[in-house]
Amino acid sequence: MSLIDISGNLLFVAFIAYLVGTFFFGGAIKSSKPDGAAKRADKWGKLAIIITIIGFIAHLSYFITRWIYTGHAPVSNMFEFTTAFGMFIIAAFILIYYMYRLTALGLVALPIALLIIGYAAMFPNDVDPLVPSLQSYWLTIHVITAALGQSVLAISAVAGLLYLLKDTDPNAKTKGRFWLEAVLYFMVLVIGFILATVTFRVIGYEADFTYVDKEGMNQEITYNMPAVFGMNEYVLLTDDVLEPFVETAPVINAQKLTTVFWSFIFGTILYILIRLITRRSILSMLHPLVKKVNLNLLDEIGYRSVLIGFPIFSLGALVFAMIWAQEAWGRFWGWDPKEVWALITWLFYAAYLHLRLSKGWEGNKSAWLACIGFAIILFNLIVVNLVIAGLHSYA
Amino acid sequence: MGKIICACGHENPEGTLLCEKCGQPLTEEGKKSKILNMRYDGIAIRSKTRNKSIVDKIWNFFSSVKVGVTLIIINLVAASIGTIFPQEFYVSVSTEEQKAAYYEETYGSLGKLYYELGLSNVYSSWWFQILVGMLAISIIVASIDRGLPLHRSLKNQRVKRHTSFMKRQRIVAEGPVTEGDPSKTLNLIEEKMKALKYKVRRDGNALLAERGRFARYGPYINHVGLIIFLFGVMLRLVPGFYVDESMWIREGETRAVPGMDGYFIENEDFILEMHDNEKTENQELQGVNVVAKNYQTDVKLYKQSEDAVPGQADNLELVEDYSIRVNHPLQHEGFSFYQMDFRLNELKTMKFELTKKETGESLGEVSIDLTNPQKEYVLNDQTKVELLGFYPDFSGFENGEPQTKTPDPNNPAFIFKMVTPEKPEGEVSFVAIQQTIEPNGDNTYKMEFQSVEMRDMSGLTVHKDSTIPILAIGGVIFMLGVAIGSYWNHRRVWVEQLEDGTIRLAAHTNKNWFSIKKDLNALSEFAHLPRYIDQGEEDKEADGEGKEKEGDSTL
Repeated sequence: MSLIDISGNLLFVAFIAYLVGTFFFGGAIKSSKPDGAAKRADKWGKLAIIITIIGFIAHLSYFITRWIYTGHAPVSNMFEFTTAFGMFIIAAFILIYYMYRLTALGLVALPIALLIIGYAAMFPNDVDPLVPSLQSYWLTIHVITAALGQSVLAISAVAGLLYLLKDTDPNAKTKGRFWLEAVLYFMVLVIGFILATVTFRVIGYEADFTYVDKEGMNQEITYNMPAVFGMNEYVLLTDDVLEPFVETAPVINAQKLTTVFWSFIFGTILYILIRLITRRSILSMLHPLVKKVNLNLLDEIGYRSVLIGFPIFSLGALVFAMIWAQEAWGRFWGWDPKEVWALITWLFYAAYLHLRLSKGWEGNKSAWLACIGFAIILFNLIVVNLVIAGLHSYA
Repeated sequence: MGKIICACGHENPEGTLLCEKCGQPLTEEGKKSKILNMRYDGIAIRSKTRNKSIVDKIWNFFSSVKVGVTLIIINLVAASIGTIFPQEFYVSVSTEEQKAAYYEETYGSLGKLYYELGLSNVYSSWWFQILVGMLAISIIVASIDRGLPLHRSLKNQRVKRHTSFMKRQRIVAEGPVTEGDPSKTLNLIEEKMKALKYKVRRDGNALLAERGRFARYGPYINHVGLIIFLFGVMLRLVPGFYVDESMWIREGETRAVPGMDGYFIENEDFILEMHDNEKTENQELQGVNVVAKNYQTDVKLYKQSEDAVPGQADNLELVEDYSIRVNHPLQHEGFSFYQMDFRLNELKTMKFELTKKETGESLGEVSIDLTNPQKEYVLNDQTKVELLGFYPDFSGFENGEPQTKTPDPNNPAFIFKMVTPEKPEGEVSFVAIQQTIEPNGDNTYKMEFQSVEMRDMSGLTVHKDSTIPILAIGGVIFMLGVAIGSYWNHRRVWVEQLEDGTIRLAAHTNKNWFSIKKDLNALSEFAHLPRYIDQGEEDKEADGEGKEKEGDSTL
């Protein structure tokens, strides 16, 4: 077995550990019933964090072995960066856990990390050669610091989500309930993306097309999902596969749009199934699980994670980014979409801090802001990398 | 200006919320509230006290945190709009018409609208810059408005505080000591708080333990850093502070460096290396066959000696011999040279042979330097080739005249006049790649193409940015301020021992209540203090969560 295979297996071990850990965290919360089982809850919680740490060590070993194999920090393509992001979220969770010893955090942090790693695994995991601009030690410094900052900020969303799960009454028809269910639905859509990708991969679906891109050049493209949307002036080359229903304008990448479409279909079907089988909203299923958590403590954890994460993020995503940009391109700032969205993230958290300080936006409002902040971080990871063209685009 | 005289006799400036000396609430609101608002320690703030003249009004506008947050959000939204479609500087067309056409053709009517609204160049638009400027003013004004009085108040803190101040803190405790001799309690508290790294001051039966006061300055320090940074950015507009030039240089050429007087740079070699890996899945998806590994220009940088004629490339002294690569610019005297672009295999020279068509007999070879073609090439007394016309980038005929698209030798075409002993009056021939036209009928001689020599061209950017040190200082100060404000917090514990030996305690922190409670737990156990209560927690449970209230955290 070569180093890269070992590395891949370690990542798989980490994934399984987080999955098992999630159930233990669930058990820790659930078993703290008033039947005198506080001790048992403690035991479950301890086991859960130990399993998480084992997973983290496996994950870190994946990272290090891949680093040794490729010769550069494994953060240079979508697969590598996203798995690293998942790892840092777990690291940040472990850090915050040992500060506040709140097991309930694991119930949200681990599933989020699982979704992120699952999402990452849908991208090609080949080792890509580095283009000249990435051949710098700043790749390591800038990307790792920025990802670490984002991960600590993500923990504030974890605490925020937990806060909202408890604070939102699943039986009262409120705006908060609607939007929280929407957030949970979005998480199901991510599972939908993973399901769709895996399903069509197992089937071995492939359809080749030629098309004309926006510069008027002839290009080839391969769809791994039934092409609902066709590229501009497409010509289908494969027999016996679905002919696209719609042809799109040259600026739209119909292949990615098709992926979004199928993720949406799979996710929505899954969501409807969940609703039909349990006859409850996801919120009302999760709400009783978090009955015991202390809202004040969650609020404080959310705020504290922003306080810890904000300086790291500023350093990694702005300061180090500027130093590297100055060295590679001769200008520290170039209004590249990724740069702009890093700035937007930074401005958003600055607004969060000022609102909290002067307007007293604590508790519920703060929790929503933390969730929006994480949405911006995900937007910067997914949409900016994959949809908006720029110096940081990966695919 | 009016004064507010507190019951303790201290004269406070107008607008003070909590007496500077004893902390007693001075407003009706303060007297009624269960927990005091400790923002800025209740000091008088200029923006809250004066609102008469226009200056006051402008000052108050910019000092408002609400306005500040609104400005942050507006800037955020404006910046995001600029990422919907690529900005003009990422679009590789030059003229205005081409740009307009590009946005319309590529992005349809939305793209056209985007261009017409100026959103395709949003970051250099006047309104975006005004927004950033307003944010900067807001940062300055709000910091001065609050920072200076806060500093004064923190410096002049009294140990002993009024009962109504103590009772209205979020964390309070009152009662007799749980065990031991109450007369030793204050000593025990002092001992424990010192062990917890607090600074302890005592005044009679009162005690103030304080830790991490400098954390209160964090936000002001980071604001100073931001302002210095923005000032540095503005300085670039001053001539001489910022040079941004680009140049193309061919292999073997020596050229004057634009923006850097008296310096010349020679391109010795341009190197392009590719990775030799097997095609990865990502490359497949992106339609990339090979990935570049290295872009490099080997250069020599020369300086003209003092007495040389400006612009003349003689008397050059070598100052640097360097290989410029991406991420490894050549740096000299504040100037940096970056590898930015390249063009491979540009035609350098073309060789022709003057040949007699019938026999194939050669009269000699002509080598034409395409960047520096001569008017005539003399082969011997009676034989020469005159170059009547040269079209470096031939694009066809217009009214019978050959046209050139660009001055770069991409597709050279020539009009030769061949003077030979046989045809001393000369024969005219138009020669382009794979095309020969003989306007005056059938010639006896022809220019037969022999070979080409090619060379690479390297695109370099020349930068000088004297604002970098200022930006760096601003960045460092900002990071220091953010770290101080985020990773430290200002904790205070006030204790008073009443006549009967009972203890009254109050505690406040600007953030991180979890940690101050840990300190208090340790203190209570050590000094046998009565149990403290968190009035904030009771408050939340009683009133329901999430209601609008003033923040109790402080900048």
